[in-house]
Amino acid sequence: MDMHFDQHISRQFNEDLESIKTEMLEMGGMVTRQVADAVESLANADSELAEKVLNVEKEIDRREMEIDEHATLIIAKRQPAASDLRMVMSVIRIARDLERVGDEASKIAKMAIALTDEGTAPRGYTEIRHIANAVRKMLNDSLDAYTRFDVKSALATLAEDEQVDMDYRTAVRELITYMMEDPRSISRVMNVLWSLRSLERIGDHAKNICEQVVYLVEGADIRHGNEDNLRTF
Amino acid sequence: MNTMTLDTAGHAAPAQPQTVERETVDTQTVVKETVGQPLCDNAKLSMRNVNVFYGEAQAIHDVSLDIGRNEVVAMIGPSGCGKSTFLRCLNRMNDTIEGCRVDGDLTLDGEAIYGPKVDVVPLRARVGMVFQKPNPFPKTIYENVAYGPKIHGIASRRAELDEIVEDSLRRAGLWNEVKDRLDKPGTGLSGGQQQRLCIARAIAVSPEVILMDEPCSALDPIATARIEELIDELREKYTIAIVTHSMQQAARVSQRTAYFHLGHLVEVNDTETVFTNPQHALTEAYITGRFG
Repeated sequence: MDMHFDQHISRQFNEDLESIKTEMLEMGGMVTRQVADAVESLANADSELAEKVLNVEKEIDRREMEIDEHATLIIAKRQPAASDLRMVMSVIRIARDLERVGDEASKIAKMAIALTDEGTAPRGYTEIRHIANAVRKMLNDSLDAYTRFDVKSALATLAEDEQVDMDYRTAVRELITYMMEDPRSISRVMNVLWSLRSLERIGDHAKNICEQVVYLVEGADIRHGNEDNLRTF
Repeated sequence: MNTMTLDTAGHAAPAQPQTVERETVDTQTVVKETVGQPLCDNAKLSMRNVNVFYGEAQAIHDVSLDIGRNEVVAMIGPSGCGKSTFLRCLNRMNDTIEGCRVDGDLTLDGEAIYGPKVDVVPLRARVGMVFQKPNPFPKTIYENVAYGPKIHGIASRRAELDEIVEDSLRRAGLWNEVKDRLDKPGTGLSGGQQQRLCIARAIAVSPEVILMDEPCSALDPIATARIEELIDELREKYTIAIVTHSMQQAARVSQRTAYFHLGHLVEVNDTETVFTNPQHALTEAYITGRFG
C-alpha cells in the first residue's frame, strides 16, 4: 500500500509525524557515525576518537527520550490509526534499537581505550574490519529502506544478518584457537572479541530496523522469525 | 555535519529525510467491490444486494453485509455515505420517509424483513433502535420503560411489569440512579441518563437486535464510557449494529467494522484489522483523517 503521511486534514498532524520521523533518522545518522568512529578508534588505537564516541553517547540517550516523549504526545493528542499508528510505533521501536546500537558503539570505544593502554592485540583486526563493514552497511541500508518505505530492500538487508552471524562465529573460533596457542595474549584478544560481539549485536539491531520497515509498510509483524505473516510479494 | 560518509567499501548513500511525491487519494472514487469479510457464518441479519433510493437519487448501491449473532458491527464513514440510511433499512424505519424505496434481500433469522406479510410493529420490537438524541416520552421514568411491554402485550399484571422495568433499567445500568424516582418525568434526567433510559426502553420489549444511530454523539465522555461499557454487556444477549462518527468508539466497542463511502460498502473487516492495517486505501484515508 502507498504511504501517505502528508495529507491529513490537520496540517499540524502532518508536521508532528514528519518531525518524529526526521528526529529518528537524524538519530540514526549520529549512531551510524558513532559506530564508524568506534571501529576506527579500535583499529587505529586512537583513544582520543574513542573518548569522542563516549561523549556522543549521552546525546543519543537524550534523543531517544525526546523521540519517546514526542511520540507519546502524538498518541495522546491524535490517537493515530492504521499507517499513522504504525509510523509512530515503528519510530519508537527503532529509536530504542538505535540507542542500543549506541551502547554497543560505546563498548567498542571502551575496548579501544583498553587496547591503547595495554598495547594492540596481535590478532583480530581483519575480522573487526570485515564485520564492521558488513554491519555498517546493514545499518545504513536499513535506515535508507525506512526512508524510502522500501520493503524489498529491507528484506534483502535483513537477510544479510545471517552472513554476519556466520562470520562472527568463525572469527570467535579462530581467536580462541589463537589464545590457546598464546595465552599471554588472552586479555588483549578478549578486548577484540568483545568488540566483535558488539558488532554482531549491531547487526541484530539493523535487522530489527528492517523488520519495522516491513511493519510500517505492510502492517505485518515478522519479528522473531514470523516471516510467514508477510503476504507474498 | 555529514553524518554518514562511508568507508572504503563504498557503501550506500546516507539515509536522509526526504519527501516522496505521492498521488492524493481520490475521494470521488466509486468502489464497487467490497473488500474484507462482509459475510459471516452465524448471521442474525443478512443483507444481500441492497439498493436504496430517495426518489431518483440512489443512496445505497448494492450493499451485501451480514451481522452475526452476539456481534457488534460498527458502521463508519463520512457524512452522507449512507450508513444511517442502511441502518434504518434493518427495521424498516425508512418506510416512514416518502419516496424512499429499498431493493434487495434483507432477512432476520432467514425471514424477509420486507416481506408482504411482515407487520412492522412486532418487527421493530424484535429490532429495536436507539437514536442520536435521547428521546424519552414525556412520561414518568417507569412509564417510559413500561410502555413497550404494555402495548406489545408482553406483561399483563403489574408485578410482571415491575419486574421488566427493573430488569431493563438494571441492564441499562440506570437502576441505582433512578430506583427512588421512578414516578418522576424521564425528561428530567441528564443527557447520559436519558440515553440509558432509551436503551432500557429498547430492551424492555426483549428485542433480538439493537440498532444504534450515533448513540453517544450528544453525550459527555463519562456518559459515553458508560454506554460503551453497556454495549459490551448487551452483546452477550443481543446483536448490535452501531453507526458512529467516533472512530475511537468503533474501535472500542465493535468486533467488525464496515466502512461506507458514497453509498458503497468499501471494506468490512475485523475491527482490529481496520484500525491497524486496513486493506482499502479509502478506509485508510478516512480513519487516519486524510479527507478534505
